[in-house]
Amino acid sequence: MSELKGWKEIPIGGMILEAGNAVEYKTGDWRAFRPVFGEAECINCFQCWLNCPDSSILVDAENEEMVGFDLEHCKGCGICAAVCPVNARVIKKADEELKKDDPRLCIRMLEEGKFQEVGNE
Amino acid sequence: MSKFEALTGNAAVANGMRQINPDVVAAYPITPQTATVQTFSEYVNDGLVDTEFVTVESEHSAMSACVGASAAGARVMTATSANGLALMWEIVYIAASSRCPIVMSLVNRALSGPINIHPDHSDVMGIRDSGWIILMSESGQEAYDNLIQAVRIGEHADVLLPVAVCQDGFITGHGLERVEVYEDDDVKDFVGTYEPQWPLLDLQNPKTYGPLDFYDYYYEHKRQQVEAMENAKPVILEVAKEFNERFGRDYGLFEAYRLDDAEVAVVVANSTAGTAKTVVDGLRDEGVKAGLLKIRLFRPFPSEEMARALSHLDVVAVMDRSISFGAMDNAGPLYLELLAALAAHGVRIPVMDYVYGLGGRDTLPHEIERVFRDALNVAETGQIERKVTYLSVRE
Repeated sequence: MSELKGWKEIPIGGMILEAGNAVEYKTGDWRAFRPVFGEAECINCFQCWLNCPDSSILVDAENEEMVGFDLEHCKGCGICAAVCPVNARVIKKADEELKKDDPRLCIRMLEEGKFQEVGNE
Repeated sequence: MSKFEALTGNAAVANGMRQINPDVVAAYPITPQTATVQTFSEYVNDGLVDTEFVTVESEHSAMSACVGASAAGARVMTATSANGLALMWEIVYIAASSRCPIVMSLVNRALSGPINIHPDHSDVMGIRDSGWIILMSESGQEAYDNLIQAVRIGEHADVLLPVAVCQDGFITGHGLERVEVYEDDDVKDFVGTYEPQWPLLDLQNPKTYGPLDFYDYYYEHKRQQVEAMENAKPVILEVAKEFNERFGRDYGLFEAYRLDDAEVAVVVANSTAGTAKTVVDGLRDEGVKAGLLKIRLFRPFPSEEMARALSHLDVVAVMDRSISFGAMDNAGPLYLELLAALAAHGVRIPVMDYVYGLGGRDTLPHEIERVFRDALNVAETGQIERKVTYLSVRE
């Protein structure tokens, strides 16, 4: 959370007078699920980057690589994991339903509580 | 030169809107306000105004369109009554909290149910906590004068709040009276051109209105609204002074009628103040020291000034054209607020409440005289028999 201002210091009526300042509003603490990398290797297709509603997929533009997650703004919606084509191709047993935190995935969604307990495995 | 015309209160307001020539009017017809926007729509059709007239499918949409247009940077007006205002209610709050200086002609009518189209003040009392500035008018003339002033008050940089200008439906809204109509150019010059500080249509400076506002900033924005209300009072007096200098009509926070040396007085808003003044005159002829305080500014409530103006009285009788059901003694909102104002400013005099005229029930001079006789009786005995009286309701 950025520093809180008093009522005399802010624009009236909730107006936002500075375009693009949503980046100053840290929404990462809303998150119940955290995206983390799993075992399957990222193919840098950028589907997650394209679909993330919070612009929270970090990329290295020069090397054209997806490098991680902006956890100060990621709300943990899991769209990145849902659209990930590598996730869709993870080999599973007949009738097996992969849990969204399965280690075999490329992008896993880990419960924040669990993450805090075990750390990034 | 101004001229005198025979106009209804609605026509006087519509004519004021023509002179103000707002950028946008969004409204939906509802009795007894319909004549205002209907007349104004003819001005639009005849090319007498430049207004974008938005015909919407409900009052909720009317006020929504007003908020959008105001945020875009337009000077915006609308009109409604009773159930229409009730349907607007959600957006009425949003207009105030988004600091949109919309001017609304509110032609007072009883809220359903049972359904009724005649005047009382239950509609406006529903928005008393919404953050709008609320002006009350005894006559069509006052509704017209208040409307012109409302533009300046709401748009003032220290205020930036929407303003509702009330008058009683039918009694003044449809009643024909002699109205002094000012020169178009004078009115246009008085209201000036609206220079919005943060118009959405300023594309070089993109901005956002009405974003999500949580526990971290919502409260600060409410505090700003309090400040705007505080600022409104001096602005209202300043605008009234300028209005008087130009148009020769004197407005204050309220009107004190034969009050200075009075011993008993009624406090009343809108058209019934006119009837009550004739009663005061009659009693004065008998040697009774009767007076009257007419509400002009209901929001912000000029509590300190009113307490001072009433402090010398023996007894005050408040006349309420609505009931705050379940409130203390099932009294009217005006009484409750005035009682609090007097107590807060150390004025310890007997105050009674007279609820009257609900659903357009006629309130005749002899009924108001009864209120004064009651007050005189209390002044003599020092005993209040009934705190709240429902005047002339049939048992």
